[in-house]
Amino acid sequence: MTLTLSEAESRQIMAEYDIFVSPFVTGSTTNEVVAAAQAHPAVTFPLVAKLCGRAIAHKTERGLVRLNVNDETALRQACDELLAKSRPEDGDVELLVSTMVAGSRELIAGLVDDPQFGMTVMVGIGGVLAEAIADVSFRLAPITEVDAAEMIDDLATQRLLGPFRGEPQADRTALIQMLVALSRLPINEPSVRSADLNPLILVDGKPVAVDALVEVADDTDLIDA
Amino acid sequence: MPDLRSLFNPRGIIVSGVSNHPGKFGFVTLHNILSCGFQGPVFALGREAGEVLNVPVLASIDDVPDGAADFLFICTPPALNEDLLRRAAAKGVTAAFCAAGGYREAGPDGAEAEARLVALCADLGIALAGPNGQGVVSTPANMCAQIVAPYAPPGRIAIASQSGNFVSSFLNMANHTGVGVSRAVAAGNASVLGIADYLEYFSDDDETAVSLVYLESVDDGRELFERIRPLSERKPIVVVKGGASAAGARAAASHTGALATDDAVFDGMCRQAGLIRARDVEEAFEAAATFATQPLPKGDRVVVVTTVGGWGVAAVDAIADTRLTTAALPDDLFAAINDKLPPRWSKNNPIDMAGGETRDTVPEILELVAGHDEVDAVVLLGLGIQSRTAAMLRSGGFFPDHGLERIVAFHERQDTRYAEAAAEISASTGTPVVAATELANTDPNNPAPATLRAMGRLCHASAGRAVRSLHHLASYAAWRRHRGL
Repeated sequence: MTLTLSEAESRQIMAEYDIFVSPFVTGSTTNEVVAAAQAHPAVTFPLVAKLCGRAIAHKTERGLVRLNVNDETALRQACDELLAKSRPEDGDVELLVSTMVAGSRELIAGLVDDPQFGMTVMVGIGGVLAEAIADVSFRLAPITEVDAAEMIDDLATQRLLGPFRGEPQADRTALIQMLVALSRLPINEPSVRSADLNPLILVDGKPVAVDALVEVADDTDLIDA
Repeated sequence: MPDLRSLFNPRGIIVSGVSNHPGKFGFVTLHNILSCGFQGPVFALGREAGEVLNVPVLASIDDVPDGAADFLFICTPPALNEDLLRRAAAKGVTAAFCAAGGYREAGPDGAEAEARLVALCADLGIALAGPNGQGVVSTPANMCAQIVAPYAPPGRIAIASQSGNFVSSFLNMANHTGVGVSRAVAAGNASVLGIADYLEYFSDDDETAVSLVYLESVDDGRELFERIRPLSERKPIVVVKGGASAAGARAAASHTGALATDDAVFDGMCRQAGLIRARDVEEAFEAAATFATQPLPKGDRVVVVTTVGGWGVAAVDAIADTRLTTAALPDDLFAAINDKLPPRWSKNNPIDMAGGETRDTVPEILELVAGHDEVDAVVLLGLGIQSRTAAMLRSGGFFPDHGLERIVAFHERQDTRYAEAAAEISASTGTPVVAATELANTDPNNPAPATLRAMGRLCHASAGRAVRSLHHLASYAAWRRHRGL
């Protein structure tokens, strides 16, 4: 059996593996999360506020994500509204407040355990249309830097990786390092069964995950289950 | 690690289940072994005494001289085969191909019989191919040990297939194109020897330049990957996968899981392991035939050389769909070509000679292009059209008068020279020169495709297909380059 971690727990694991996630804080009440946001130097307006929990899989569909929160008043209001939307079946929930990073290009990366080939790592064109576009490239984990570079080259939408709408070209070295690190995660932590980083926004060309979802075996010692 | 030497290079062969009925597998196998020229001793085992195809039929394998044969081809049903294998091992047999069915594919009893067969062969030290397979071909041994046709011309492609039908398909293509085969084996139920075992043998085999695989099911994908990856470093392996469309996206909570179709994961595995994945059977054979007969390109830069326009345009379109590029001609190459062609030539890549070639133009241009440092591969189009005209002049009722005899001979000689030049210049410069014309199919005896075939090289049937083959060569070359190989 597996257990899906909350976004905050998933982000924590990614950060430990040197995978860039947007700066974030969490709290169980509005006051707690606002105080944490104010205390964190990298969590700056505009912000994103979300309601997270292990049982909440589809935040966007349920309206549990507030973008472009521009001041403290708006943040407090967003947090109060999000908490009011929680349902009994959501179990333990928490507020997650993160810096809203700027970038028009969204990639996706992830891990999936294939029934024939075992743990695989993926990169592709991300965002809400990721599954419809299906421009993705897989390799068997773990991968080398050469494998990662070829994965990126295999994507059909190469123009998205060049200079784009005033933004610099994708930092391939940073992408390669992220993919290699991601592919090592399930090798070093075998209880990790799958992962989604979607979207990975290219910020100054570098990939920054603004959402993360990790699935672990329920006997994992990665977190207090 | 099973030793496959006596499977592909036997000293002598024993065929079981031989009768005088020419519709039966035993008869046909014996016929194919004898008629394709196997040089070692061949023994036939059967229930009825007498001769089949002039070979005496022995009632028991005990009548075979000790050590005379090391390869057993089994056409007898499961009930007889365990005893047969025990006695065969005592005679010095170290490899067996079990063509007989009635094993795993036939139900639970068959599966039990197959399990006993596997255990027995492990005990006896016999490398077992099949069961339920069509056979094995090995041209260096002049051996066609198959229950069906065809045999193939000798060459450097080694075939391993999870479907016997596709062994036949590939061998038919080898016969049609003239690009030959070293080994070919149908894995059958693959109860002992599987695709990875055959590929390991091929990677060490001096007679083989490239392996060609038809794959349908993968039991342990991770093991296959780990075993094949080091083999790709030694020789190219071309793979075509059946059933790729069968399983679509899985139900998955994650986006990554939803995107992980069997096909996408298999494709990534191929790219990682250096396997060359073809889209279909024709593309797979043509890629293998090109690997077997052309040098690897150093990079992706292609120059298209054509005698007339439209073909070149289509080739450039096909190149745009691949990793290959059609760069502008380097200045010094441009100048050298410009000196040799009339002013109406295209002055660009593709090099369209606009029908302006004289006696030596095509070989001279080819030599300049293929010999240039900034050209990694050449696509040559327009071969055979002079001979096509010659054929019409020959059959139109005016031949040999009106000067036709001389011009027909000239045209045919020219096409022969172009085909020879394509082969010789590619060999001397180390740059692949792939030729394409539909005449390979529509007029195979035309001197252009016929000469290429006689030189053991593939004449692609279209520019697009030539470009796909070249793309596979360039992809494999890049895979090697990226890894410092």
